[in-house]
Amino acid sequence: MKETIANLEDKARELRVAIVRTLHKSQSGHTGGSLSAIDMITALYFHKMRHDPDNPEWTERDRFVLSKGHAAPAQYVALAHAGYFPKEDLMMLRRLGSHLQGHPDSKSTPGVEVCTGSLGQGLSMANGMALGLRLDNRPCRVYALLGDGELQEGQVWEAAMAASHYKIDNLCALVDANALQIDGEVAKVMAVAPIAAKFKTFGWHALEIDGHDMSAILAALEHAETIKGQPTVIVANTVKGKGVSFFENKASYHGVPPSDDELPKALECLGCLD
Amino acid sequence: MSSNMIATRDAYGETLAELGGENGNIVALDADLSGSTKTSLFAKKYPERFFNMGIAEANMIGTAAGLAAAGKIPFVSTFAIFAVGRAWEQMRQSVAYPKANVKIVATHGGITVGEDGGSHQSVEDIAIVRAVPNMTVIVPADGVETRAAIRAAAAHKGPFYIRLGRNKVPTIFGEDYRFEIGKGCQLAAGSDLTFVATGLMTAQALAAAALLHKEGISARVVHISTIKPLDQDIILDAAMETGAIVTAEEHSVIGGLGGAVAEFLGESHPVPIKRVGIRDRFGTSGKAEELMKYFGLLPEDLVEAAREVLARKGK
Repeated sequence: MKETIANLEDKARELRVAIVRTLHKSQSGHTGGSLSAIDMITALYFHKMRHDPDNPEWTERDRFVLSKGHAAPAQYVALAHAGYFPKEDLMMLRRLGSHLQGHPDSKSTPGVEVCTGSLGQGLSMANGMALGLRLDNRPCRVYALLGDGELQEGQVWEAAMAASHYKIDNLCALVDANALQIDGEVAKVMAVAPIAAKFKTFGWHALEIDGHDMSAILAALEHAETIKGQPTVIVANTVKGKGVSFFENKASYHGVPPSDDELPKALECLGCLD
Repeated sequence: MSSNMIATRDAYGETLAELGGENGNIVALDADLSGSTKTSLFAKKYPERFFNMGIAEANMIGTAAGLAAAGKIPFVSTFAIFAVGRAWEQMRQSVAYPKANVKIVATHGGITVGEDGGSHQSVEDIAIVRAVPNMTVIVPADGVETRAAIRAAAAHKGPFYIRLGRNKVPTIFGEDYRFEIGKGCQLAAGSDLTFVATGLMTAQALAAAALLHKEGISARVVHISTIKPLDQDIILDAAMETGAIVTAEEHSVIGGLGGAVAEFLGESHPVPIKRVGIRDRFGTSGKAEELMKYFGLLPEDLVEAAREVLARKGK
């Protein structure tokens, strides 16, 4: 297990480097929220989820929905490094004609299940997928990653109500609680705390973890699988921009890519000197 | 025309329940209006495949998109005003953009909802769905066509918006009617002008053509059930052969069938056009038949519109 965790930590570092390089190349996209979510995404794609990059449509696969679609670079680097498409494609992020759209598009990108980007809609879609898989008696699980600012969308709570009503226990939601949104602190723009308690009152099983502690992420994902008769949410406290010191905890880096000057410093922060 | 009267929503409910027995992948969702939209008939037969989502339309549309992503064929129903008004962006982002195999079947379209009034009378839905890429938009005229359209939507992969009505309407089509997505049909021959009508207005157009016939005016009647993609051939032929068009719909004159026809002919073969419909206003309470008169949707209103285009045509 120790080795697994160390390997996943290495993978997460590698993916952080890929995010920084990808966003530097595109000069457009969301850096902070990609870096805060990448440890969870790494755990899912490189450990927890059953999936087959050579057969993205494999019916028995687990599903991942990036409800906070602006963190698309985090999902794209995971998909590329898992083998869904060549890593070089990442350098075409957000370009005209690229299969890597600004926000996840299932029509364009192998491994992307649904279209997201307009916040608040992913959990509903994850519910529907989980219900459909349950109707077919497939043992697959559905993971939905939401932002904490995203929880301000009313549709999230419609979906939270429905997931509990229909006892969707093949669903696990993860909240990337980095405490920042475009206009500033989530707590100041429109408070969503206490997140875990809110989900609990909606009938969910709720866990709270450090979203950058790989062993805690794996333990939470394992635990979620044992919960029957209700959906589980993992509220992951994270740092926006995690891993690049001068991006960390800055709302101003929500939708800003690394500049030419910042690139080497960012790579240095990530232990990658080139 | 048969004297049979059936509400398109009843035809929908019966057909959906039949389809449920034929295809185990069909699922249905409703937002607390299943008794009115008639998805209750499906729910009774296939409770495990029916999901009442409560009064939460946005989540309902998104859930349907997820079910489609898992290989199901979801039929999603509520009143038109809520299906399109409340959940438009969910339809756009979760359904239309990914080309999800979701069938949004909205009932209680238009002003014939009646007494519930303007809050419940959707007169903009066709326009705002039509503007969204990938959407197929169908407004059947009667029960026969509704059955055929529902079956076609189930068989055809991709997102659909089908708009139905609350009240009983006369049956226009025989059981031998062959519905085809994207194809209009000529219901009466004529050479002086053409009525291009959709939904329950097609019956009104047929009545108007009969009135004009008595005056020696020859009015063609073209029924358009698929408003998008529009059957351009049948409309271009009508414009070229009759030289004047009156569109008729139980919807705003902005952006619906009239808008679609005017846009197309404006770019291809301009002829005098009059759009009969709700003239940029909200609905109001009243009995359905009173409202048809109040909003100018009766055969005599169509006759008056016909005279106007004939005058402009120079006859």
